[in-house]
Amino acid sequence: MAVDMELELVLRPPEVPQAPYPAKVITLANGKRMVVREARREEVPTLLKAVHPTLFIHKDYYDIVGARLYSELLGWYTHRTQNEFCLVGQVDGILVGMVNSRMYNAKTGMSLHTLAIDRGLRVGSHLFAAKMEHHIEYLGQDEVLIVAESPIGFRRWMIEYGLEPTDIPHELGGAPAYRLTRELYFATKSRLVVGDRPVPPELLEVAEREIIVADEDLIREKIAGVKGR
Amino acid sequence: MRDVAIIGVGMIPFGRRDEDTLVDMLAYASMHALDDAGLGDKGVDAVYVANMGGGILQHQTAVASALVDRLSLLPAAADTVENGPASGASAVKNGVLAVASGYYDTVLVAGGEKMREVTGWKATDFVATLTHPEVEYPYGVTLPGMAGIFTRLYMEKYGLTREMLVAVAIKNQAMGALNPYAHVEMLITQEGILDSPHSVVNNPAMADPLHLYDACPVSDGAAALILCPLEMAQELTKNVPILVAGFGQATDTHTLQEREDPTDLKAVTLAAQQAFKRANLKPSDIDVAELHDAFTILEIAESEHVGFFKKGEGGKAVLAGKTKLGGQIPINVSGGLKARGHPVGGTGVAQLVDLTWQLRHELPKERQVKNAKTGLSVNFGGFGNNVLCFILKRGGK
Repeated sequence: MAVDMELELVLRPPEVPQAPYPAKVITLANGKRMVVREARREEVPTLLKAVHPTLFIHKDYYDIVGARLYSELLGWYTHRTQNEFCLVGQVDGILVGMVNSRMYNAKTGMSLHTLAIDRGLRVGSHLFAAKMEHHIEYLGQDEVLIVAESPIGFRRWMIEYGLEPTDIPHELGGAPAYRLTRELYFATKSRLVVGDRPVPPELLEVAEREIIVADEDLIREKIAGVKGR
Repeated sequence: MRDVAIIGVGMIPFGRRDEDTLVDMLAYASMHALDDAGLGDKGVDAVYVANMGGGILQHQTAVASALVDRLSLLPAAADTVENGPASGASAVKNGVLAVASGYYDTVLVAGGEKMREVTGWKATDFVATLTHPEVEYPYGVTLPGMAGIFTRLYMEKYGLTREMLVAVAIKNQAMGALNPYAHVEMLITQEGILDSPHSVVNNPAMADPLHLYDACPVSDGAAALILCPLEMAQELTKNVPILVAGFGQATDTHTLQEREDPTDLKAVTLAAQQAFKRANLKPSDIDVAELHDAFTILEIAESEHVGFFKKGEGGKAVLAGKTKLGGQIPINVSGGLKARGHPVGGTGVAQLVDLTWQLRHELPKERQVKNAKTGLSVNFGGFGNNVLCFILKRGGK
């Protein structure tokens, strides 16, 4: 599709430089090592292949999370969202989960979504924690606004972090919003945020070379099969 | 009294079965058991259904009446048996007594639970309804909480360590990964859930000193078996008959606090002693065991209380590999409640289904205890206040 750059400059939100997220590696319960790194914009089409099958999984509200995440990633890819970022979790290059978020302004982060493909390993918890780590420690923000679309999300974020309810509206449809403050983040960091840096070069090289996405049937089975937790 | 045999067994994969109702699951497992026994359209004389939570979780009672109709087993006698997490073994006991007495010849026992349609909090609260309604439940006592207290006392008295608990979890999840019926088919490692600093997130504290991977999952699932007199087994089925060589049942105080020594699971000891006496066997005669490891501590404690190991030696035995496949006494080769899952009403039946497969030598070699001839199960109700122990034996007497 031809792009009229003159018009694009009108349509695109202004780019605000943001600090990169330094990759880290986490040992999962099964002993495998998950590399958590910032996805590149050009990797979005690959990520969308992983999100697509979730659009049709009602279990645990994967459908609404998947649909919204799909549109947010497209928004980032097509320069229609301001200051969005996406962190991915990969084991041996294979995508096991992702989170996205954006800087609402210099002080406030707007947490968007968390999608775990491999379940039962607390992949979602680790990736959400990485997202908060990025907002507070690397982007230097004071707070992150958060909503939960599923009971699992509510348990993981609102309860495990002890988030504070807030009247500040969140972008995602007016659902009850909560916030993670800088103080709360550092108070919970020792039990919720882990990972080693730097990532050994051989692990990082595998992760950055290619995001490998399982086929749609396998993703559906992992998320919604009888064994899906 | 007649000798009683298990002539057919069936189970459905445990997990989260959103598409199935409670009665659907019981029916599927029952049909597998009826098919396995080769009863065809002969029907059965009586049906016992083990279920703890239908009335609370599904707002459905009289589950046995629903099941006989669903299976077209009318006009078979049908009873629902509720005895907390020991409902399964209690239902089997009732079936065994009915056949042994000569009153019925063929009995179907099915057990199942549908727990995943409520949140984990509500499932935990539902199981906690078995606690004392005046001195425990109102104060927030839950089964994980009780297990945590029990574990702490065990650590103080016997020197139990977290490494021992973790070894149970790793062993049972490794076996579950080989069991197509298991809810949890995921391997875990000591590095991932204990040694690594990242384990603080992977395996968070649940009820100190117990952590996430010390607990069984909340599961949907069902299992079933067919009983008949041993003397009729040959004419009814081609399967190797599995003799119910003995069972025992004992109770203890409702509350943990009233026990002279809360680390002493008297009901487990007494139930096992009764079962061994009836079977004319001793602990060293048992080839394979299915113990009620709703929490890792329980596998260790029960292995001592039934007599496999001395008090305080169970944890060391796990670390030494004595309870794994190929060890001195393989325990929870199915993955146990820890990995197969724990649909509370179904567990006691599922344990006996797994033992039957073991004693019929029908499992793949990576899960089969070589030449297994005797098996023992412990189905642990309440927090050890109502316990059943079964001993099965391959073939005849």
